[in-house]
Amino acid sequence: MQRRTTLSRPMSLAFISPAFLLVALFLIYPFFSIFSMSFTNQALTGAAARNPQYVGLDNYANLFDVDTWMTRGEFGSSLWITTQFVFGSALIGQAGLGMLIALLFFRRRDLVRHVVYTLAIVAWITPDVVIGFAWFAFLDPTQGTLNNILSIFGVPAQDWLLQYPLLSVIVFNTWRGTAFSMLLFTSALNSISPSYLETSQVIGASRWQQFRDILFPMLQTTIATDLILITLWTFNTFTPYLLTGGGPSYQTELMSIYTYRIGLQRFEFGRGSAVAVTVMLINLLLASIYLFISRTRKTR
Amino acid sequence: MKSGWLLRVLTNALGVLLALFFLLPLLWFVFAPFNERATLSVRIPEAFSLHNFEVVLNNDTAIRSLVQNSLLISGGVMILTALIATLAAYGFSRGSLPGRSIITYVLLLFSSVVTGTASLVPIFVLIYNIGMFNTYQGVILTLVGGMLPTSIFIMRDFIDSLPRSYEEAAMVSGASSLQIVRDIVFPTLRPGVLVVAVLAFVNGWGAFLTPLILIRNAAMRPAAIAFYQFYSDEGTPNIPLISAYAVLYTLPVLILYLIINARYGFRFFGGIKQ
Repeated sequence: MQRRTTLSRPMSLAFISPAFLLVALFLIYPFFSIFSMSFTNQALTGAAARNPQYVGLDNYANLFDVDTWMTRGEFGSSLWITTQFVFGSALIGQAGLGMLIALLFFRRRDLVRHVVYTLAIVAWITPDVVIGFAWFAFLDPTQGTLNNILSIFGVPAQDWLLQYPLLSVIVFNTWRGTAFSMLLFTSALNSISPSYLETSQVIGASRWQQFRDILFPMLQTTIATDLILITLWTFNTFTPYLLTGGGPSYQTELMSIYTYRIGLQRFEFGRGSAVAVTVMLINLLLASIYLFISRTRKTR
Repeated sequence: MKSGWLLRVLTNALGVLLALFFLLPLLWFVFAPFNERATLSVRIPEAFSLHNFEVVLNNDTAIRSLVQNSLLISGGVMILTALIATLAAYGFSRGSLPGRSIITYVLLLFSSVVTGTASLVPIFVLIYNIGMFNTYQGVILTLVGGMLPTSIFIMRDFIDSLPRSYEEAAMVSGASSLQIVRDIVFPTLRPGVLVVAVLAFVNGWGAFLTPLILIRNAAMRPAAIAFYQFYSDEGTPNIPLISAYAVLYTLPVLILYLIINARYGFRFFGGIKQ
């Protein structure tokens, strides 16, 4: 049977056109324009602004220069910091903690669950600037809540952002983003038919066996989906900038912050575009994996 | 089971720890705004006071940023996103364009590829070249462009689940496509439009990076950036005032989100619907 349509083709095109225009201008055009810009020395001011020169692969050669690229504040160093950040805060932190919370409160509807879920969601939706300041106060070496609490247990005061900058932003971002994984895993767990678990209980399976043999296999695609999405988001997040500014001495300079410094503070558009191209290609790779997973899942 | 109560105690203890983990960094905002002499530490004020709010409310620049600039940006983003996404989703859902589900899907993925500071490098150049630098339009359109794929995706789900009989009846009685959208689709889609609108509003309200880069004029900057009002020239923050301003700035989005969450649940957060 042919699908009924209530819109003629020209009419539906007209309905789509405003969206198409904006998406073309602010998503598709930027994606392609950075490729050509990354082969030039375009800048905002100076001679290169009026008359940008074609420089071939110079910008890329500069980024991937083996001698300097692992120096602090350079491209490779930033990529390595970002990798640790994604592993620590997204894959281990957010997904791990999210799964822990979802399992801990599985089939429970009590006050503790309600409080944990509400607080995690508040941490997730409060605007960036406010969160940045909250953590700045929380980690303050002399007056911060964290040191005040630790001193009760006899732990001496630490200057967290100076002594453990990367660890601090990893914990910060775990705190910030766990709610998404938590909610995603919770809704996936709730969609599993209770009869599976009841049957396994009757035959005497332990909790760990239940998780390993029933819950985990059924959650596999949800977990894969979650990991790819939070990797993508964590890879691009700029929020830690509000806590550390990328410092001290570039130790928390994630790719997003590095791109910002080169392309949007120093306005070296050519080099900034080369960085942006690399970032977007990594994004594209992650997004393709996501697409692949959700496609195979649908056809199953 | 003998170990039942022990397990219960342990899970509750872990639950309390988790609650503390999420609560402690925010606890400061519960007390500091009401303390004239607030510091960075969490302290119950000796005298509960609204003085900080008074000072903030009398700071014209800060308040203009909040109730004028931020509202203008997020209101603009909200209206445009809801309107354009609904039209497009309707076009996709009811039209007969080939490959329309692939198109929405690819767009959704594309919006997570062209994102963050990487996308703002070319967008800055674009906005600068078309003369929209230092304008609200530039910020609003950039934010709308980034939000549209997700919003269309969400709206399409709503529209696909809507029975076509109303529209067909309207068509039979001679209504035009635009009339159908205005008089039938928009009203019946109210929950979907509401969800998309709130998401867009919250996104525009919290946006920090885009206005930071696209607006240089201090008088035009939204609240997210106006926080720097409360730093001295040497960069020392005025802690009591910042905490009060943060509360005024956060409450609207918190309330909106909690309302949406209570009414529609998680399904729509982040635009990911399984």
